[in-house]
Amino acid sequence: MSWKELEEAAVVKGGTSSAYVVSGWRVRKPVIDEAKCTNCLICWIFCPEPAIVRHEGAKVTIDYDHCKGCGICETECPLKAISMVMEP
Amino acid sequence: MTQMEAAKAVALQGDEAVAEAVRQCDVDVVAAYPITPQTIIVEKLAEFVASGRFTGEFIPVESEHSALSACVGASATGARVFTATSSQGLAYMHEMLYNASGLRMPIVMAVANRALSAPLVLNADHGDMMGSRDSGWIQVYAENVEEIYDRTIQMFRLSEDPRVMLPSTLNFEGFILSHDKERVRLLDDEPIKKFLGRPAPKHRLDPKEPLSFGAMASPDTYYEFRLQQAEAMRSALAVFEETEREFEAFSGRRYGAVDAYNTDGADRVAVVNGCAAGTMRAAARAMNLGGEKVGVLAIKLYRPFPAREVAAQLRRAKSVITMDRSISLGAPAGPIAQDVKSTLKGAGMNQPVTSVVYGIGGRDLSVEDGRKVFGLAKEGVSSAETSVMYGAKQ
Repeated sequence: MSWKELEEAAVVKGGTSSAYVVSGWRVRKPVIDEAKCTNCLICWIFCPEPAIVRHEGAKVTIDYDHCKGCGICETECPLKAISMVMEP
Repeated sequence: MTQMEAAKAVALQGDEAVAEAVRQCDVDVVAAYPITPQTIIVEKLAEFVASGRFTGEFIPVESEHSALSACVGASATGARVFTATSSQGLAYMHEMLYNASGLRMPIVMAVANRALSAPLVLNADHGDMMGSRDSGWIQVYAENVEEIYDRTIQMFRLSEDPRVMLPSTLNFEGFILSHDKERVRLLDDEPIKKFLGRPAPKHRLDPKEPLSFGAMASPDTYYEFRLQQAEAMRSALAVFEETEREFEAFSGRRYGAVDAYNTDGADRVAVVNGCAAGTMRAAARAMNLGGEKVGVLAIKLYRPFPAREVAAQLRRAKSVITMDRSISLGAPAGPIAQDVKSTLKGAGMNQPVTSVVYGIGGRDLSVEDGRKVFGLAKEGVSSAETSVMYGAKQ
């Protein structure tokens, strides 16, 4: 694209990064044990990415497209309901 | 009565003149951190806030990096933004300088030029700004206090022009100009307001309409974003001229992108920026009276570099002396020497150029020194590999 057509200063609409898969470098992935999970949302608070997804009337799930596998959720979960599992 | 006749003459230090101009420019946000010799600017603005004479937001920050970061955020909302720094402060801003220019934020910054540590030094040279020379900021060098006052006002108009949208720095030597008290003919608030208008950026940061500024570029696009900045710099040359013309219309004052003194009748022309221009003119005047054909070309607008005007003014000179108040360590010549040599070569001119370094770390340059600097060209001491370190104790 010519410099004349590009939007100056790379200004784009907000929220566009949700369209990108940014989890390719993950080594271990968090898996939630639904039986242990009380939906306390501590993982949702601590997750540095928007990778813990809340649901109306259901427990949290993980958005694996944006989870980078840092393991903070596993460390912070008070009920040990999250475990990090090696990616295949 | 004309505006000029109505102008109130007062005695102001360079730093005070900046603060006074900022107060009159309807600035929305100031975020700054004090550093010698720029401190008076921040102190004065804080005083104006306390006394209710400045109604903009004053953000006291914990560092220069934060100062410029706050300025970038404020500028993104469409506010008129000002900051000021010196030396280590400018160095600490370095990362954010590129963000401000890349995000096309028309922030205005006063830089009271001071040499860089180590060893620790408080006095003037241009090493701080030259270290950030390629950061994409417009760079103007003033040579007296009234020019500092006028240029501060002009910079907002220039930076905020939709054809430009680049941040700018107004440079003046620390202590020599920042603390020197000179006559300034103050202008009225109303014509300044009319001259400046209000910033009208294409995009504004607004929670109701979320935007992402400076989204990630790839090898496929980054080059073109840089090209946009280069083109904006080119536009700034014409807009600078326009700005000066409009400013002159109500103030009666004009400086030019370059200031030529006797370049028509001179065999030798010294190219210089900052307050040494006046010193060199005084030396030239005395030498002219003694029959020596010398002239002075003061570079006022350093980035974008007014190459066409520089070439035109040097066309008749038999030899050129460039004067750098900074050392580019290991380089074949100082930054101004490089710009001038490149300009001459590009214009098909081939005069000998004597590259002179002077005034480092606040080393004084007297009128008598000015005469000696002109003498260096006569002696033909130029070398392809290095600059003459004028005034250094060998």
